Amino acid sequence: MTKLSEKLQQLIEKQNAGELKAKDRYEIPAQDMPAQDGGERCSNMDEVALGYTKIQARLEAMRCLQCRNAPCIDGCPVRIRIRDFVVAIAEGKDEEALAIVKENSLLPAVCGRVCPQEVQCQEQCTVGKKFKDPEKSVSIGRLERYVADLAKADSQPPKVASPTGKKVAVIGSGPGGIVVAADVRRAGHEVTVFEAFHKPGGVLVYGIPEFRLPKSIVQEEIDVLKKMGVEIICNFIVGRTRTIKELMEEDGYDAVYVGVGAGLPKFMNIEGEHLVGVYSANEYLTRANLMKAYQFGKGAETPIAVSKNVAVLGGGNVAMDSARMAVRLGAENVYLVYRRSEKEMPARIEEVHHAKEEGVQFCTLQNPKQILGDEQGNVTGMECLKYELGEPDESGRRRPVAIEGSEFVIDVDTVIVAIGNGANPLIEQTTPGLEFNKWGNIVVDENCKTSLQAVYAGGDIVLGAATVILAMGQGRIAAAAMNRYLAE
Amino acid sequence: MSFKILSNQKLSENVFQMDVEAPLVARARKAGQFVIVSVDEDAGERIPLTISGANPDKGSIRLIYQRVGKATAQMAELDEGDAMGYVVGPLGQPTHIEKFGTVVCVGGGIGGAPLLPIATALKEAGNTVISILGARNQELLILEDDFRAVSDELIVLTDDGSYGRKGLVTEPLKEVCSRNPKPNFAIAIGPTIMMKFCCETTKEFSVPTQVSLNTIMVDGTGMCGGCRVEVGGETKFVCVDGPEFDGHKVNFDQMMKRMGAYKVLEQKAFDNFKDHKCRIGLKK
Repeated sequence: MTKLSEKLQQLIEKQNAGELKAKDRYEIPAQDMPAQDGGERCSNMDEVALGYTKIQARLEAMRCLQCRNAPCIDGCPVRIRIRDFVVAIAEGKDEEALAIVKENSLLPAVCGRVCPQEVQCQEQCTVGKKFKDPEKSVSIGRLERYVADLAKADSQPPKVASPTGKKVAVIGSGPGGIVVAADVRRAGHEVTVFEAFHKPGGVLVYGIPEFRLPKSIVQEEIDVLKKMGVEIICNFIVGRTRTIKELMEEDGYDAVYVGVGAGLPKFMNIEGEHLVGVYSANEYLTRANLMKAYQFGKGAETPIAVSKNVAVLGGGNVAMDSARMAVRLGAENVYLVYRRSEKEMPARIEEVHHAKEEGVQFCTLQNPKQILGDEQGNVTGMECLKYELGEPDESGRRRPVAIEGSEFVIDVDTVIVAIGNGANPLIEQTTPGLEFNKWGNIVVDENCKTSLQAVYAGGDIVLGAATVILAMGQGRIAAAAMNRYLAE
Repeated sequence: MSFKILSNQKLSENVFQMDVEAPLVARARKAGQFVIVSVDEDAGERIPLTISGANPDKGSIRLIYQRVGKATAQMAELDEGDAMGYVVGPLGQPTHIEKFGTVVCVGGGIGGAPLLPIATALKEAGNTVISILGARNQELLILEDDFRAVSDELIVLTDDGSYGRKGLVTEPLKEVCSRNPKPNFAIAIGPTIMMKFCCETTKEFSVPTQVSLNTIMVDGTGMCGGCRVEVGGETKFVCVDGPEFDGHKVNFDQMMKRMGAYKVLEQKAFDNFKDHKCRIGLKK
């Protein structure tokens, strides 16, 4: 550490003298994220990545070339002034850095942890391009997390304009709903957030595990909303408890934002998916995260499979979360079965690294053909096929092709299907006049406005499978449009 | 929102009837829908229960439940004035009610509870209602008078003959189906095995039969897929596609296996709870 601080001191002097050149910046080693020990963390739910120290953050920030055109900003769905906040960190002005981040991102502590930076801001980074390795880009996400975490203690809720007398209903308390609630409340409107579960936070709470995103961080964001005067009502299912029409015509809401998130989990449609021990990732993670099944019998009442050998199907972040959760729930072998190669996996690189460190076994270029069970209907194994990569498909990734006759069986007692979600049907079933596309997603215009007057929507229910940051980006757009509409 | 308990009484050994405040649910619910409840707001188990009735003026709904595990045992311990952790709903598609002509309503054990509002609605829609109520013994028979009030004909049976006819509900069901004219529609709610055999019976006579499924669920809004069943070869979610399905198409054998997923874990939790209660003395 002393070596690092000496190095930093020299760099600071150079920087102050205006002599820090690109060459010097390239020579600063990319700063690794400190993390909980791989063996130890497998038996706890605590956060794995521990965050940069001040010295590390400043060194990492000094790697930024401060490009005049700041290509990183183009990679950010909410267009944070990335170069400026990174420069501020390099100059030791952390508070200024945070203020810059907060101009565009309401949840920096969340985004710094869960954004897929390597396909967004960091993909555009000139430093990464110079080294022809996106992992060598300036670690913008880690820097964002660094400044966000500094702020936690003294956070002042954003100022709220004087009351307008208008009422807004936000359906769903996930990342999109949180952003809309905050932005609309700031404009002085009364805001009620409706949540179907008994705890607010949406996917940040039921889906993303504690070891990747501590729930206390989400709770702090919810508390900020409450401090701003936003009302949050849990155990309320819009469409069923009250319909959108009733909210608007009888309960006096002037505008509605629909951010209900993920819906029906997709299954493989193969033999054996109804066996006991086959879960959707949604179910597995909800049991484990929201319902705290890892404490079953010790204060929590929701059970989850006690597994020895687990197969997780998929290659995204949800698959990584499920696999790593299975490790923590005590499985001896966790296999991540993915039909393409590791290069095509949509998961964040950091999650892939962490999963491997925790002993998750990557079975790429394989895909299940059927799940095998015993007389009682329990999973006993999974028959897989080997795959090879063919020509690129419409997604630009090389299409996986099954190798005929390559069947083999792996011994598993639990299978977690993490291959995405379809649309939630509840709003469609209960909201006549609202336009949906053929996949059941709500159709919106460039302002996230739906076919119904004063009804806006965003996130998974519009985009199919979105990310936290995309949902927040749409929330931003919708909130601005709603504020304009309500001002008319 | 507080979910205050207005009454919680014992109907028979292990069967309880709770009236609980949930004004919005009481207003919105329709026959055939269910709620998800938990005794604890934070870490309690979420259990789906069909709504057996509602009083929109008092803002309460009626739940009839059987003490089968820890969560329902905890519910049974609650008194008037206590509160549930939460009650969320109403969930699922309401029963499709129309004038079919003659309808047979078959309720087995606790299944009589969700069946009652459906039988009532069918009667109100102008149907001739024939009800068949079965229970293991007289002690476990519930809602006989309520069914008598909404039925043109009521047949009561117990497995052991301690009350009414001795036998299983499938026997009078077969007799009713053999009448000329045969019933136009049947609905069966009860243990999975009972629904399976009722459907086999009515299938022989080509009497369309609706069943209400009570699978394992977490969220109840279509997000987790834990409640999935195979209906006519397709995967359906009980929470958003059901809970009622064409009984002639449901894969009951598969469903029964899935229902047993947590048997061992749940039994252990229940045993621990009973153990603990024995030491401090059960209230009810």
